Amino acid sequence: MLAATIIALLVVMAMALIRALLGPSVYDRILAVNVFGTKTVLLIAVICFTFGKPEFLDIALVYALINFVSVIGVLRYFEFRSGSGGEVMDD
Amino acid sequence: MIEQVVWLLSGCALALGCFFMLSGAVGLLRFPDFYTRMHAAGVTDTLATFLILGGLMLLAGWSLALFKLGMILLFLFFTGPVASHALARAAQHSEWKLPALKTRGEQGGATEPPTAAADVAEADALNTDRV
Repeated sequence: MLAATIIALLVVMAMALIRALLGPSVYDRILAVNVFGTKTVLLIAVICFTFGKPEFLDIALVYALINFVSVIGVLRYFEFRSGSGGEVMDD
Repeated sequence: MIEQVVWLLSGCALALGCFFMLSGAVGLLRFPDFYTRMHAAGVTDTLATFLILGGLMLLAGWSLALFKLGMILLFLFFTGPVASHALARAAQHSEWKLPALKTRGEQGGATEPPTAAADVAEADALNTDRV
């Protein structure tokens, strides 16, 4: 079951990457990157149990923290800007 | 005996988590709009995370790995909805803003809805010659 979970996680990550490449707006890309990061955390956790090395769970924990902070930071950057151009929109 | 039950439960949780994760990814690829895509990804993310990490916690047994998995689960539980909320809020401030919905007051503002008393008065005015 662990191997099947790893395969499903890789498939989901590939689909999220396709959405990040296709995404018409910048918010689609950020959403796909967020999904990709969450699935990376899960992938690291599952790989720990597949190879029997529970020490790697620390990496998953740190990756979850970094993923959240980076998504919030990118969103703060893009919140009051237009997605394509970069000039500040007056709200 | 009890180990087999725990193993079976963890397998079921992992399989369900895989199913929700894959359905969320299909929604992320195929839905037509940004907000519907965010709905598909955000809803299934939390549930799939809970199921997969729960299955791993069942496999871990009483150890330090259980505590670390619990910490990851708790953190992803709080940050997933917060990230979705921040994303929707940022999208509302952009040119991809949703059109404002009509409220009930705005819809009924132009024409007065017919009331029972008005109906009675109109019928009285029409039927005066019958009495």
